[in-house]
Amino acid sequence: MTITEKKVIQETNNDTILEVNNLKKYFPIKGGVLRRTVGHVKAVDDVSLKVFRGETLGIVGESGSGKSTLGRVILRLLSPTDGQILFENEDITSKSNRQLRPIRKDMQIVFQDPYASLNPSMSVQELIEEPLIVQTNLDKNERKKKVNEILDKVGLRTSDQLKYPHEFSGGQRQRISIARALVLNPKFVVCDEPVSALDVSIQAQVLNLMADLQDELNLTYLFISHDLSVVKHISDRVAVMYLGRIAEVAPKREIYEKPLHPYTQALLSSIPTVDKNSRREKIILQGDLPSPSNPPSGCPFRTRCPKAFDLCSEVRPELKDMGNNHYVACHLYE
Amino acid sequence: MEKTPILEVKDLKTYFYLEGNKVAKAVDGVDFQIYPGETVALVGESGSGKSITSLSIMKLIDKPGKIEGGSILFSGTDLISLTEKQMTKIRGNDMAMIFQEPMTALNPVFTIGNQIMESLRKHQKISKKEAYIKAVELLKIVGFPRAEETIREYPHQLSGGMRQRAMIAIALSCNPKLLIADEPTTALDATIQAQILTLLDEMKEKFHMSILLITHDLGIVAEHADRVMVMYGGQIVESTSVERLFENPLHPYTRGLLESLPSIDREVERLGAIKGIVPPAFNFPKGCRFSDRCPYAMEECHQSNPKLLEIETNHQARCFLYKESV
Repeated sequence: MTITEKKVIQETNNDTILEVNNLKKYFPIKGGVLRRTVGHVKAVDDVSLKVFRGETLGIVGESGSGKSTLGRVILRLLSPTDGQILFENEDITSKSNRQLRPIRKDMQIVFQDPYASLNPSMSVQELIEEPLIVQTNLDKNERKKKVNEILDKVGLRTSDQLKYPHEFSGGQRQRISIARALVLNPKFVVCDEPVSALDVSIQAQVLNLMADLQDELNLTYLFISHDLSVVKHISDRVAVMYLGRIAEVAPKREIYEKPLHPYTQALLSSIPTVDKNSRREKIILQGDLPSPSNPPSGCPFRTRCPKAFDLCSEVRPELKDMGNNHYVACHLYE
Repeated sequence: MEKTPILEVKDLKTYFYLEGNKVAKAVDGVDFQIYPGETVALVGESGSGKSITSLSIMKLIDKPGKIEGGSILFSGTDLISLTEKQMTKIRGNDMAMIFQEPMTALNPVFTIGNQIMESLRKHQKISKKEAYIKAVELLKIVGFPRAEETIREYPHQLSGGMRQRAMIAIALSCNPKLLIADEPTTALDATIQAQILTLLDEMKEKFHMSILLITHDLGIVAEHADRVMVMYGGQIVESTSVERLFENPLHPYTRGLLESLPSIDREVERLGAIKGIVPPAFNFPKGCRFSDRCPYAMEECHQSNPKLLEIETNHQARCFLYKESV
């Protein structure tokens, strides 16, 4: 760890922007003629984490790991089943939509698919102006000024604002989404797979833009992605999710150089890499992700874990402090 | 490799005729060979023409698209002159294809077993019973431990990775000489992707196939291919062995792609983004098709399109920065 990185973590340690305690989100499964609840999909199952001001916390996991649900519950776009969400030390877990409104301008989200998340019948100017109308008392001219400013910041021409989303390429549409999320000057942005639908050369443009905006506007990102290389590039700390739970969380270098959880190890080894010298021995996991409606007892990963032993099926491992801000939920380290 | 190629594509041109008299030159003069037993990767971003190249080889181009020129020699036969009936014999028999999204490629109303047996019985003269035995055997080879049960299941009962395994079983059912894999793992999670790519490597050995691997992922190319061709604007811009491409990439587009790739091995402050976007196939810039995005573009690049030349032994590039080696 470099000195600056250490400094960042120490400084930010005192300044938690978001704290989540034992958060759960269960979706009911309805079945039978009477549509009774016959079970639950445990999308997020007992997650606790902190996000520090100014950092990027990467959340990685495969489909069904609950990473997107976590992002939506944190923003209260979905209501949690249980647990607590503190944003800037304020408990927002059970606030009503009316109570949430003033807080929402500080918390924004950028979605994966800019084709689906922008209203096709609104022009760029209308799309970006809309949050200002809802959230602020600015008059028309002031709003116009703000729209122009943010367009310039995200690298779009101000002359583009009368165009409609379909007239833009995927990368430019994602810039529009980013402008819309940032026009209210939020403090915290959930980025849900923001570059996954883009080609690599365009992905690089958008990632660079997001890093620049973070510096300039002092943003905190929760960056959700399935792509470990992208997450490594943009994050300060990384949390690995598996079946609704956090398997491991650590500063970026710790987790990529010394992964502790067998799942993290397998995940990292499975990424095809261009550089021959740093190629890891492949750990090929057997089988698929179990269904989150019927997770294995004990450790959720035990059915695919090459190192599982008796205890793993009996007791659910809790996150354990391994030093250096490195936490892992695995019985191998007890 | 001094053998004869099993597939030889020469000056292939596939155009799409769009509304308003626009012509999209999706594939525009592509030449390459595939030799027995090798994996050749075709890489490029969306719109580069890589998938249209593979569909052209299978002759699966539909209106408004048309193969406008060139030849596709497969084991010495020119596929372009074949009738649809003759082509059906080759498809699935000697040449098979797997796609990115196995759910759309599999028929949802037939069991997995039905679909494998259909393919077996269409191309080989065997009884139902023999086909059943062979189907179970194939499913075991591609990694279904409970093959006797899987054979009765429908595609929706399988996970994404398992569906892709079933697709591979169907593709392998007639011992093809060439397997075209079009983004076979793009829709899959990282750990499942690793399983499927390992399976493809094993199957290549076991069935003595060649693979044309179409992908946008340079990491997959580095780990699973022998040779690689980089496509841009409907043309091959660089072609060489996998080792050589990553040691000494020549074309500015290849270099740009490598620099724009975030990596889990190295750390950089900023990614080297390529400016601009891939031009649409009906509106390429004049001259070199990469010229409007290229940091090295010179006067002549905007005038004429360079040819694909041999710059060093077994390493071709389409760029005015380099002179042909003698």
